[in-house]
Amino acid sequence: MSMTLAEKIIAKAAGQESVRAGEIVTCNVDLAMIHDSGGPRRVKPVLERLGVKVWDAKKVVVISDHFVPAVDQQSAAILKLTRDWVKDQEIEGFYDQQGICHVVLPERGHLKPGMFVVGGDSHSPTGGAFGCYMFGVGATDMAGVLVTGETWIRVPETIRIDWSGTLPRGSSAKDMMLKLCATLGMDGGDYQAVEYTGSTIAGLSMTERMTMSNMAAELGAQAGLIAADGTTADYIRVAGANPDEGTAFAGDEDAAYRMVHKFDASALGPQIAAPDSPANSGPVEDADDAPVDQCYIGACTGAKLEDLHMAAEVLGGRKVASGTRLLLAPASTRVTAAAAADGTLAKLTEAGAILMPSGCGACAGYGAGVLAEGETCMASTARNFKGRMGARSSKVYLGSPYTVAATAVLGRVADPRPFLAENKS
Amino acid sequence: MSGKAWKYGDNVDTDLLAPGAYMKGPVEELAKHCLEAIDLEFAPNVQPGDVIVAGRNFGIGSSREQAAEVLVLLGVKAVIAKSFGGIFYRNAFNLGLLALVADAGADIQAGHELDLDPASGTITNTTTGAQIAAEPVPEHLRRIVAAGGLVPYLEQKLEKHS
Ligand code: SF4
Repeated sequence: MSMTLAEKIIAKAAGQESVRAGEIVTCNVDLAMIHDSGGPRRVKPVLERLGVKVWDAKKVVVISDHFVPAVDQQSAAILKLTRDWVKDQEIEGFYDQQGICHVVLPERGHLKPGMFVVGGDSHSPTGGAFGCYMFGVGATDMAGVLVTGETWIRVPETIRIDWSGTLPRGSSAKDMMLKLCATLGMDGGDYQAVEYTGSTIAGLSMTERMTMSNMAAELGAQAGLIAADGTTADYIRVAGANPDEGTAFAGDEDAAYRMVHKFDASALGPQIAAPDSPANSGPVEDADDAPVDQCYIGACTGAKLEDLHMAAEVLGGRKVASGTRLLLAPASTRVTAAAAADGTLAKLTEAGAILMPSGCGACAGYGAGVLAEGETCMASTARNFKGRMGARSSKVYLGSPYTVAATAVLGRVADPRPFLAENKS
Repeated sequence: MSGKAWKYGDNVDTDLLAPGAYMKGPVEELAKHCLEAIDLEFAPNVQPGDVIVAGRNFGIGSSREQAAEVLVLLGVKAVIAKSFGGIFYRNAFNLGLLALVADAGADIQAGHELDLDPASGTITNTTTGAQIAAEPVPEHLRRIVAAGGLVPYLEQKLEKHS
């Protein structure tokens, strides 16, 4: 029977020959990932009430990234509780302030194709870039997973999004996703699975694929899948794991897809999301050139090594405008180290970027770098909901790392392409 | 169960329901800031038993379950929306908050009294007399709600096994 990629992974997890979209099945969870905000502090009381420990300590990864580093007693207490709980539960997969969960998880070799993974965070679809079925749940749902090692799922239909052509210079996966948000809307994914296919996707690096899968969350999809290929296997090997331990499923061509959308990457210029929704996106030419108080290169979406490379291409040899500030929070400590080693960090800090710890930080308004009333920010993050990065009346624009860098140089919403063209000449 | 309606539009997101700035504090404090970015009247005035009626995509965004928990704490009994963010929908039932999928915007105004029958999925507007059909709730979710949420449900299951 023909099946989609999603159906194949779910069937395996459910221990069935096959599954069909719409069916509700119970799946064995291969891996559960939780962070300091939705993790131990919320699931500990549930496990205590039930009088049990986690079902399999080897299948649980805990990452402290939301309240790091501690800025006050409350966040310090949350981080300590996390450490103590991990010790208590004898969980070895614990990363304390090493970076943002969605980036650290694959970076440390935890994801292999074909896995069924549950994450305690809404951007968990990021794991779909590795050919895993990974989706986000809330804390009580997660407690259920930690107690039983299984969870229910309604087998999703698959919405295929096919991209062909090569991205023009100055455009990136982030622009592809903002384009999709504008075209399909924030409920275009309808809590089904999105699967990205086509020649553009095949040509994208793993980090760019992660950006695609990450922002499947902004399409309202449960998962954002990309079938594993040689690029995936290479990344996993570099991360120190064995890709052959997984199963690189691919969807059958004649499987039942809800719909197939087709997009042309070769015609795609930089996109900008105006406040207060990622769906509020359009070409940079149509954006207003609003002055910005802050630029932010951060988050699981927009601060991986390649994102920093993009920003450095624009910022290298230039300066951040005097009326604005550029905060830089690399997605993980490994990204920081790699960017230091290859000279990227120097380019960015010489331009005036302010280096911050790796973590969620200002992205969700949890940590340092939040906005005051009336302030405007241009960010490489995934979401610009009202008040997300700080005060109620603050505003956030979203763009690619190229666009954020260009905006930092001009101090207002800007197109990165003139800078890139200037570099060449 | 019956209660008074509070009406909102499309895309009421989790940052509006549970603002990040208060996430590290106690959830009782967080609840006081629920929806404040769009409605300063809601948190101080909502009454136990009240119902939220909204448009598309209610609860989109973060997986933070506090977005549903603050509504439970404030006494909200149910959210009726044209559609829900998928994670919020699961969270709501896990915490014992009823989430009903219905296109009810035209038939319900703010302040109308509503009567809900979760079993049949019928919404009665007792102010106008209108009846609105909601999508039936899947059986396994009704079992979780009947137990009072996922934790008591698991408790029952574990007891059965031991
Ligand atoms: S960086 Fe932002 S989007 Fe990513 S996990 Fe942290 S809060 Fe969520």
